[in-house]
Amino acid sequence: MKNKLNILISILAVFGLLLAACATPTTEAPKPTAAPAQPTAVPATKAPEPTKAPEVVKGDPYTIGAFISSTGGASSLGQPEADTVTMMAEQFNKAGGIKGPDGKMHEVVVKMYDDQSDPTKAVEAVKKIIESDKAVVIVGGTSSGASVAVNETVTKAKVPFISVASSSAIVTKADGSQHEWVFKTPQQNLPVAMVQIDWLKAKGFTKIASIGVNDAFGKDSMAAMKKAAGDANIKLVYEGTFEPKTTDFSAQITAIKAAAPEAVIVHAVPAEGAPFTVQYRDLGLKFPLVHNHGIGNQAFIDTAKVAANGVLFPIGKILVIDQLAANDPQKPVIDKYIADYKAKFNKAPSSFGGHAWDAMIMVKMALEAVGPDSAKIRDFLETKIVKFVGISGVFNIDAKDHTGIGKESLVMVQIKDGKWLYVAPADYAKVP
Amino acid sequence: MKLNLSPERIAVIIFVVAIAAAPFVIQNNYQIFMLTLIGLYTMLTVGLSLVMGYAGQASLGHATFYGMGAYITALLSARLGVPSWAALLAAGVLSALIGYVLGVPIFRLRGHYLAMATLGLNVIFVLIMKNEVAVTGGPSGFTDIPPLSIGGFVFDSDVKLYMLVWAATLAVMAHALNIVNSRVGRALRAIHTSEVAAESLGVDANSFKLKVFALGAGYAGIAGGLYAQAIHFISPSSFDILVSIELVTMAAIGGLASIWGSIFGAATVVLLAQFIRDKLAEGLGLTGELEIIVFGFLLAIIMVLLPEGLTTGGLRLFREWKARGKL
Amino acid sequence: MPSSEQLAQLILSGITQGSIYALIALGFVTIYNVTGVINFSQGEFAVIGAFVAITLSQKVLLWHGQMTASLEWPLPVAALIGVTTAVVIGALLYRLGIQPSRNASPLSQIVVTIGASIALRGVVLLVWGTDPYRLTPFTEGPPFEFFGAILTRQSVWVMGLTVVFVVSLFLFFKYTLIGKALRASSANPGAARLMGINPRQMGLIAFALSAGLSALAGIVVSPVTFTTFDRGLMLSLKGFVAMIMGGLTDPVGAVVGGLILGVVESLAAGLISSGYRDAFTFAILVIVLLVRLGGFIKGRKGEALERAGL
Repeated sequence: MKNKLNILISILAVFGLLLAACATPTTEAPKPTAAPAQPTAVPATKAPEPTKAPEVVKGDPYTIGAFISSTGGASSLGQPEADTVTMMAEQFNKAGGIKGPDGKMHEVVVKMYDDQSDPTKAVEAVKKIIESDKAVVIVGGTSSGASVAVNETVTKAKVPFISVASSSAIVTKADGSQHEWVFKTPQQNLPVAMVQIDWLKAKGFTKIASIGVNDAFGKDSMAAMKKAAGDANIKLVYEGTFEPKTTDFSAQITAIKAAAPEAVIVHAVPAEGAPFTVQYRDLGLKFPLVHNHGIGNQAFIDTAKVAANGVLFPIGKILVIDQLAANDPQKPVIDKYIADYKAKFNKAPSSFGGHAWDAMIMVKMALEAVGPDSAKIRDFLETKIVKFVGISGVFNIDAKDHTGIGKESLVMVQIKDGKWLYVAPADYAKVP
Repeated sequence: MKLNLSPERIAVIIFVVAIAAAPFVIQNNYQIFMLTLIGLYTMLTVGLSLVMGYAGQASLGHATFYGMGAYITALLSARLGVPSWAALLAAGVLSALIGYVLGVPIFRLRGHYLAMATLGLNVIFVLIMKNEVAVTGGPSGFTDIPPLSIGGFVFDSDVKLYMLVWAATLAVMAHALNIVNSRVGRALRAIHTSEVAAESLGVDANSFKLKVFALGAGYAGIAGGLYAQAIHFISPSSFDILVSIELVTMAAIGGLASIWGSIFGAATVVLLAQFIRDKLAEGLGLTGELEIIVFGFLLAIIMVLLPEGLTTGGLRLFREWKARGKL
Repeated sequence: MPSSEQLAQLILSGITQGSIYALIALGFVTIYNVTGVINFSQGEFAVIGAFVAITLSQKVLLWHGQMTASLEWPLPVAALIGVTTAVVIGALLYRLGIQPSRNASPLSQIVVTIGASIALRGVVLLVWGTDPYRLTPFTEGPPFEFFGAILTRQSVWVMGLTVVFVVSLFLFFKYTLIGKALRASSANPGAARLMGINPRQMGLIAFALSAGLSALAGIVVSPVTFTTFDRGLMLSLKGFVAMIMGGLTDPVGAVVGGLILGVVESLAAGLISSGYRDAFTFAILVIVLLVRLGGFIKGRKGEALERAGL
């Protein structure tokens, strides 16, 4: 009996601790402190700088929330995104902050969290961002799963969210209308599939194998390919999946060989896409390999090494901007981003960081125009992002389309000798 | 009327009052949400505690029934239009039934085999949830799960959910305590100490273990249903073996045979995880990885030094030292 | 209908994978026979051994890209150090985790090894991150063709080395003094003690030996299927299934079990459903457990059960 009493006391003690522990975060929010859980530099500790310009009136900081997969299966996408968000916040603050509609300079505070590539943790992070950090706008959601998961939370709280993931389910409801409070910057999976179809048609192929990772991204991409192929009268002679984090695909590759397609379309990110490609080559299959826009970073080439050569994939212009026309409207924007990123992080950026850049600039534009009002920011994003030259493409967002870019923003790229080579539509028939 | 106001009773009353008052004191919706999560985990840990501590069997797949409850509730209320409270009850009952049915073959095994079988169950369950996309939404998850509503009263705010979950948790705890102090509980303790001896005294060990397992599954099913109705979104990754192991950690910290300790275990793990994620990681520049290491070490160390669990073992040590001090 | 080519390919891939399960299962059996403990962290040693070898023999980014290791030592040296690292950690695990808790219930011991496996996985994640890595194949060159199926050179290495390791282990147990002492400890701990064999020493050796075996398995298979930080858990589980298929205490059975498991898994994944690949392993486990251990007949306990048992 005494046993129980002791336990009860300890439980009360725990709750006391709880309250004490919980009490502290709320006192932190007003302080312009660092973005938690972030391995790279902390933007807001540059706070002393604004005192350089004493004449400028400073307003309250603008809080932007971010949740990214810095760890977990999507980390090779998430880390460049997190780096880009941090870099952008620093850039904004170096210029004194964002100038709000009230004429005052507002420091930018980013509260960034790692969702560990887990949709449930993403929901938790977003709840925290909204309730504790009181952010007025949110960016992030590296994986499609995480972005879809937080939909309900942001909609209920009426906080606009710009996702950096690709599944159409993120912005599109079952009836085709767009979720009011959610936008996204990467191309959707259907336009990517259509570029792949263009290539298939140029080659005269009519039979393909489609294989992807068994998660929200892979499944959406495969569904998009199925639709596009059906419309183009191209037959899927094999459709299969593999689990995230698998590294042995021999069973699937063997089945693909038996199905004898003319090309193999892969829907995955480097974590699985690269090992798949290596094993595919090892097992001696010769059909051309076409990936989707999930492999737009150096990690794919680093992991797959020699096997990556010959792989084709549609992607935004950033990877091959130096090979495109000098008067491409996106060139100045992309070049500057590449230069800034390289200077700060000592490595080349990827398409994923580009998606984050687009999101942050849109946020900046909104804050400059309407200030820290979530509803007004949402309206701005829906109506005022017109002909916005970003890194992923030239955006035209409206009520019917919260993505704003489509097939025209994609180019076909081939990996050769560990480098990305632009493939013009006229040359489709010649590759690989 | 004579009021039985033993110190124990008072402590329980204070505890319940504290829980009821908490959301009005705290005010921050996110923290109320975290406390709600602790309530859910407590419910899960109580069931696990019964199975592991009282029946002495390793259950490394407890998250299976958590997930089952969540998906059953989601399917019934979102797809089949069943009223949400009925879906919740069904989740609990069905999970218990499925637990019983699965338990029949599983409990023929012992020790490591049993542990492995429960693990295998978890893996298979998650894979089915991931692959049967038409039914479960697959890896993208199941969205638009309606909140619980009883006769027009909808549990859709963080405070209301908190109250609901903790009411359920306290009910579960009361039920479990009742069992532990009853004839059934004594039989369980006998089995745990020596199954052979218990059987020789006429206790049908297998039947009891099975019933405890089913009960634990039922508690977990209710927790799962509540979870689905609270977050309105579920995905298979929330119910995989890593979660099961997290639950074992909670049970280990709270004391494998302690119902009250379950709250302590659940709270500690949730808060510790939050602490590591927010404060420690920021300081050292690392992220989610640190959590895993800490929990792993914690689990191993506790089991090595205090095999009955942190609270039970800790209290025992405390009493022993006190006794030695007095001598 | 699957072609004979397809079947051949699936079977060959299955044997390659199965060899790894076999080696890990051997480690399980060794530890179990000597100490009565099931070491859930067995698979982690495969990962650690492989990663250490990779880090020493290639250019690798560590600690979130904050450190680069570019020692690029020759593969055999790197492999040796990888194995040694695993052996040391295995010994430490025994000394700090298993030995102190040897009197606790099997449940507690299971949880200790689970905790250890999580901690080890976390450390690996911390140091190497989530990216997949692989060792360079031991010999370069085109693959062989075998009944229409492709057999890469590394697969040949895997199968060949597995045979070598198994045979060496067999000889070790039969003809060396330590080997005999280990066998004595597992057959009859009491008598062994009376003969002056120290059970704690034997336990330590068993753990160290098994860790080394797993590390070798991990290193040998890394060029075929990449290694990631979380491969360990599934390897442990599958090795355990193989061990049970072989009868829990029989090393030869464990090896055979591992090979069969690899082949069945491969066939099922290729012919039935790739998404359910891991589920097949566990379905097999459940069936084997129930059948082998006399599970369908109420009240009857198999012999291995008695040993395992309670």
